[in-house]
Amino acid sequence: MTLFARNQWYVAAYATEVGEELLGRTILGEPVVLYRSRRDGRAIALADRCVHRRFPLSESRREGDDITCGYHGFTYDRTGACVSVPGQTRVPRTARVAAYPVVERDSLVWIWVGDPAAADEGRVPRAPHLVDPAMTTVRGMEPIDADYGLLVDNLLDLSHETYLHGGYIGTPEVAATPITTEVDEEGGVVRVSRHMLDAECPPFYARSTGIEGRISRLQDIEYFAPCLYLLHSRITPVGQPAPVFRTEITYAITPSAPGRVYDFWAVSRDFALDDEEVTAFLRDFNHTVVMQDVDALNLLQRALDGEPGPYQELSINIDTGALAARRILAALAAAGTDRAGA
Amino acid sequence: MSGDPERPVYRVDWLPGGDVLEARCFCGARRGLPDPVTAWTWLLDHPRHAAPPPEGGPR
Repeated sequence: MTLFARNQWYVAAYATEVGEELLGRTILGEPVVLYRSRRDGRAIALADRCVHRRFPLSESRREGDDITCGYHGFTYDRTGACVSVPGQTRVPRTARVAAYPVVERDSLVWIWVGDPAAADEGRVPRAPHLVDPAMTTVRGMEPIDADYGLLVDNLLDLSHETYLHGGYIGTPEVAATPITTEVDEEGGVVRVSRHMLDAECPPFYARSTGIEGRISRLQDIEYFAPCLYLLHSRITPVGQPAPVFRTEITYAITPSAPGRVYDFWAVSRDFALDDEEVTAFLRDFNHTVVMQDVDALNLLQRALDGEPGPYQELSINIDTGALAARRILAALAAAGTDRAGA
Repeated sequence: MSGDPERPVYRVDWLPGGDVLEARCFCGARRGLPDPVTAWTWLLDHPRHAAPPPEGGPR
């Protein structure tokens, strides 16, 4: 099981998910309730358990920026302080739930469930293309019943596209093309590049761009451990200097609990910006691709759970980036560190 | 690929046309190696960069 790195920023939700309604999520094993202030519009994140009998506040009700527990009426303000209890005037001094640091950036709501004193907003990793008016983005989120390390493994080694996603985003060239890997240990960043200069155009790009022939397909991954993964994709018809179709594929990998992870995904494109048909196609098609990963990782986790003891793996060249990511995650977890996310 | 030029970067290139990985340390040392486990072991051994164990040997 991949250990959690607690002193890090994680995506708790899309900004559009945090509003009037109370939203319950579990981040690194911590139940959290998210909502948006009526007073100043800021996202609020509190521990999602009433101090009285542990009832989920996300299943309770709002009164202004306060939450009143749906079981016995303990009421908390946006700082997590209990401001009233039923039937008595004295509120116990210990009646408080944790309020977590939250930063809203690039349409993502980032949360810090580690030591609050170590939360540095300047270290939230950036994904500016998600709010770039020159791009159109489709997105979604799928929970996976798997160790978050399995999702990191999956995304750092895209050779699996050929086999798991054949006929969607995978072609023979993906698995067959050598990769280049760079690791910035201090920054907690892994970069993996795979440049296919003469490749089959998979349906994902053929149907969204209209390209019919072979393509130059450049995949440049940047993984800002532990949470943010960016795949910079550039597609150009072979033999043409242009047009270049730019697609930014974003994943936020947020451990929910041991053996459970939130898979936030987004596809941003700089072409056919207002074409609703392309938007719908990419949303549906990429959702299908993500669900192929979800099904595979659910299956893999069950298989691993069924093995009696420590299991043996065999790593080959395609795993160079994933091995680097594993080592960085282990170091971040061990140090409780502040290295990543710059 | 690009990163912060102020920070040391390890690099592993899978050389086209074969299975060899070329490990390149930020100190300038480089070496062809047979697999990623050996490559990372060699890189993280900076500045010593001792020879990796023979293939199939203990790692």
